[in-house]
Amino acid sequence: MSNISHSPESAGGNLTARALREGIFAGIVALGLFVLFVGLETTQNIRNELVLNQRWGLLAIFVAVAAVGRFLTVAYIRPWMDARKAAAKAPAEADESFFKRNFSKIAIVALLIYPPLMVMLFGVQGSLKWVDNFGIQILIYVMLAWGLNIVVGLAGLLDLGYVAFYAVGAYSYALLSQYFGLSFWILLPLAGILAAFWGMILGFPVLRLKGDYLAIVTLAFGEIIRLVLINWTEVTRGTFGVSGIPKASVFGIWSFDVSAPNNFAKAFSLPMSSAYYKIFLFYLILALALLTAYVTIRLRRMPIGRAWEALREDEIACRSLGINTVTTKLTAFSIGAMFGGFAGSFFAVRQGFVSPESFVFLESAIILAIVVLGGMGSLVGIAVAAVVMVGGTELLREMTFLKAIFGPDFTPELYRMLIFGLAMVIVMVWKPRGFVGSREPTAFLKERKAVSGSFTKEGHG
Amino acid sequence: MEYFVQQLVNGLTLGSIYGLIAIGYTMVYGIIGMINFAHGDIFMLGGFAALITFLVLTSVFVGLPVVLLLLVMMVAAMLTASLWNWTIEKMAYRPLRGSFRLAPLITAIGMSIALSNFIQVTQGPRNKPIPPLVSSVYNVFGIAISLKQIIIMLLTAILLTTFWYIVNKTALGRAQRATEQDRKMAALLGIDVDRTISVTFVMGASLAAVAGTMYLMYYGVTVFTDGFIPGVKAFTAAVLGGIGSLPGAVLGGMLIGLIESLWSAYFTIDYKDVATFSILAIVLIFKPSGILGRPEVEKV
Amino acid sequence: MVSETMTTNTMTADPILKVEHLSMRFGGLMAINDFSFEAQRGEITALIGPNGAGKTTVFNCVTGFYKPTMGMITMRQKGGKEFLLERLNDFEITRDAKVARTFQNIRLFSGLTVLENLLVAQHNTLMKASGYTVLGLLGLPGYKKAAAESIEVARHWLEKADLIARADDPAGDLPYGAQRRLEIARAMCTGPEVLCLDEPAAGLNPRESLALNELLRSIRKDSGTSILLIEHDMSVVMEISDHVVVLEYGQKISDGTPDHVKNDPKVIAAYLGVEDDEVEEVIEEIEEIEGTAGGSH
Repeated sequence: MSNISHSPESAGGNLTARALREGIFAGIVALGLFVLFVGLETTQNIRNELVLNQRWGLLAIFVAVAAVGRFLTVAYIRPWMDARKAAAKAPAEADESFFKRNFSKIAIVALLIYPPLMVMLFGVQGSLKWVDNFGIQILIYVMLAWGLNIVVGLAGLLDLGYVAFYAVGAYSYALLSQYFGLSFWILLPLAGILAAFWGMILGFPVLRLKGDYLAIVTLAFGEIIRLVLINWTEVTRGTFGVSGIPKASVFGIWSFDVSAPNNFAKAFSLPMSSAYYKIFLFYLILALALLTAYVTIRLRRMPIGRAWEALREDEIACRSLGINTVTTKLTAFSIGAMFGGFAGSFFAVRQGFVSPESFVFLESAIILAIVVLGGMGSLVGIAVAAVVMVGGTELLREMTFLKAIFGPDFTPELYRMLIFGLAMVIVMVWKPRGFVGSREPTAFLKERKAVSGSFTKEGHG
Repeated sequence: MEYFVQQLVNGLTLGSIYGLIAIGYTMVYGIIGMINFAHGDIFMLGGFAALITFLVLTSVFVGLPVVLLLLVMMVAAMLTASLWNWTIEKMAYRPLRGSFRLAPLITAIGMSIALSNFIQVTQGPRNKPIPPLVSSVYNVFGIAISLKQIIIMLLTAILLTTFWYIVNKTALGRAQRATEQDRKMAALLGIDVDRTISVTFVMGASLAAVAGTMYLMYYGVTVFTDGFIPGVKAFTAAVLGGIGSLPGAVLGGMLIGLIESLWSAYFTIDYKDVATFSILAIVLIFKPSGILGRPEVEKV
Repeated sequence: MVSETMTTNTMTADPILKVEHLSMRFGGLMAINDFSFEAQRGEITALIGPNGAGKTTVFNCVTGFYKPTMGMITMRQKGGKEFLLERLNDFEITRDAKVARTFQNIRLFSGLTVLENLLVAQHNTLMKASGYTVLGLLGLPGYKKAAAESIEVARHWLEKADLIARADDPAGDLPYGAQRRLEIARAMCTGPEVLCLDEPAAGLNPRESLALNELLRSIRKDSGTSILLIEHDMSVVMEISDHVVVLEYGQKISDGTPDHVKNDPKVIAAYLGVEDDEVEEVIEEIEEIEGTAGGSH
């Protein structure tokens, strides 16, 4: 360790020189990466031929950002981070704050008062966006991710086709309500059961597969279901989708159909607005999501839940303890699928329209990403991840002020998925075990101690 | 009969492209045990690089010979795609090596989303058509074989031979195989594991870029979403042939290409992807090690 | 009590586990060749042999992780119920036939706590008590009682294995010797009649080795569980086993009491690799060494 004896100046000088070198290198790499894609743009002219559009200024910005960014990272940010890491070695988690201890209770209360709060803040019509785009949208993903968490987070079975069960739930409601006129409250459990049944059917043949192979086969099944939905036009109406799906009612007492005599707004002599329906849907998905969480928490303390987690840790040991791994895996698959089915029928009722477009692989990837980013197995972590990833990208739509910076042609929505993808990469590199890496034990003798993420395994099947 | 042979030729052409992409999957999986989900998008990126190079060349030099044009497109695509894959491996995958198994998979999926949307943002969401580059068609015993198809199959054969040679006969290939077997031991024996893995990514990307160029030439159009379906099919091919095996990847690619074209020809084109995916599922369920792969033995 | 003395008297006539003409072929390799032995109820039977003799393969056949190419493995429970193990799945062997096992390279659920490891082992009992999850999910008292009982069972084994202080720590955090004991305690929580231990003393230091002997003896004494043991550590084998079977190249070369086996020329030859005519000399040498070792105690 001779460099300890170096004087600080020479070390600093070396560092700056190295940072300069690396910065220039990063600039050259960035030039190579972006010269074709950023420096030039392919656009169609009036005769529909491709022509090139030159954007050298933009390319220069990209290259400069890469070079300067790299320089700053090497010269300042990294030494600063190392110094901070060395300084903050002592464990600071002595006692947790009140907020942290009661996080889930506070969150549930906040969610309960969220819709009236939004109505108060933005008016009945103005609350629509906040309740629907943010509230309902995020809660659907929270519920889906909690459902998938049973399969991936607890049982350690990597499922890349979860969206298939979401589709089964949505189409069950859409088709059965159209062909048989059944109501939402009958079809909701039915959709869950059908999805669970499909989970069983798809789960059975793939049980022997391990890890990545399982992931690919589930991906294939997800795609097969979507392709069947597209091509089986007589029943599903193909890419046109099923529209005019009836709305849900408040347990059959009040309806949200404008013409119905028991219309909700009329019954309470409120002004007509679609906001009430959205608020009702908000509480509905909140209840469904909380049901998912409740069942998950209960199941974890039951033998089946423990067997799932044991399966994730070591399948062979499970078999040596007399656990039937086939039924254990199948229950994980079908219970996870059931919640996907519930969420799917809710989705159909919310949109009033379903088409295969909504059930692409990307959705499965997003749901899985939320589960892993949240920290596999942790309900709170997953909810936080859903808020950050879905809410964050949804927020982009609202950033109209960016138009002032980047000009009127700038559409922030366009960057939504680009940023989502990059965020997935960055969060994973930064926290490979997700936001909440530790695990709560399901039983204890003296005291409940969280199990550090470095001990838990991620499953091989 | 002629119809059948015609479909055979079409299938083999498509299969060559799948095979070239599949090699990248199989090599990366072999060496670090990771499904590089973004590989399909590297293929798409290569196609776009070729497309833009084509536009640059045709707008600057008029009347360039087609051979030269194709060659420059291919080299530009290979360089760009390699640089991208090299950077991605270094920035996104390397920090996660040896950590949690799911983390690299999620990162790769994130990368795949980011790459396709990057192209959407920078190049626009519309289909990008180019005029036909090679249009000669030969008639051999009543079967129409286009020059495009000949080029694709020939190129695949040449590249395969080259790669087979590199992996089996050179020091680089030996380092790759050693790293595949036991990364720690390889490092102890003085193999630069990081560099070997980087080279693997670069090799995979350049083959994918060739496939991207060929795909562009064959269909005359590309779009930012083009990475996903060919990517999944190429992965299917890699698995079908036995993941980790180079000849397996090409064999799998050929099979997938044949299944697809024969299914479309004799059954219904609507369900051709369903057929591919079903075959993937069936193979994995009944013979997870693929056709040429070594079976994995469960150690108790 | 009467029946118990009966079993002790007729011990040789009451085999709990009978392996007959067992053969296991891997491709062209005959790992086990026509191997037969019996383990008596209430005894500790040791299976020894040089590296690669096929001991773990025998274990994997007995516990259902491998399906033997040929042969019959009969498990006779206390009540007289018989199971043909080669026809059962691995998990059924533990669940129904009551044969539990541990692994040569420890297989704990490292992310679960020590206590949870022991609760997972009681899966089948708890599963029934929870009405296959349905009743338990509704919060019926029957399950609550069973859950409390399962914790008591776990506590019992934690005390025996001297792990009670670490009950709420992740299993992966335990030192090696404790992990070995935990794996045995976990196997015992399945309520087995035969416990198969694959090299339980491997990698233990002498103190941990002694603690292990203690645990195994008390398992046999208190719960009447018969033990089948693979072991390299001769101090453990000779100390605690009642019956030793020696395996070499997949075939049985000796079978009897520890003393008998210790003096069997074939065994000595197998371990020391000497010619047949030199065996006599070797035995003498060993006896000499043992004599001096015994004197120094």
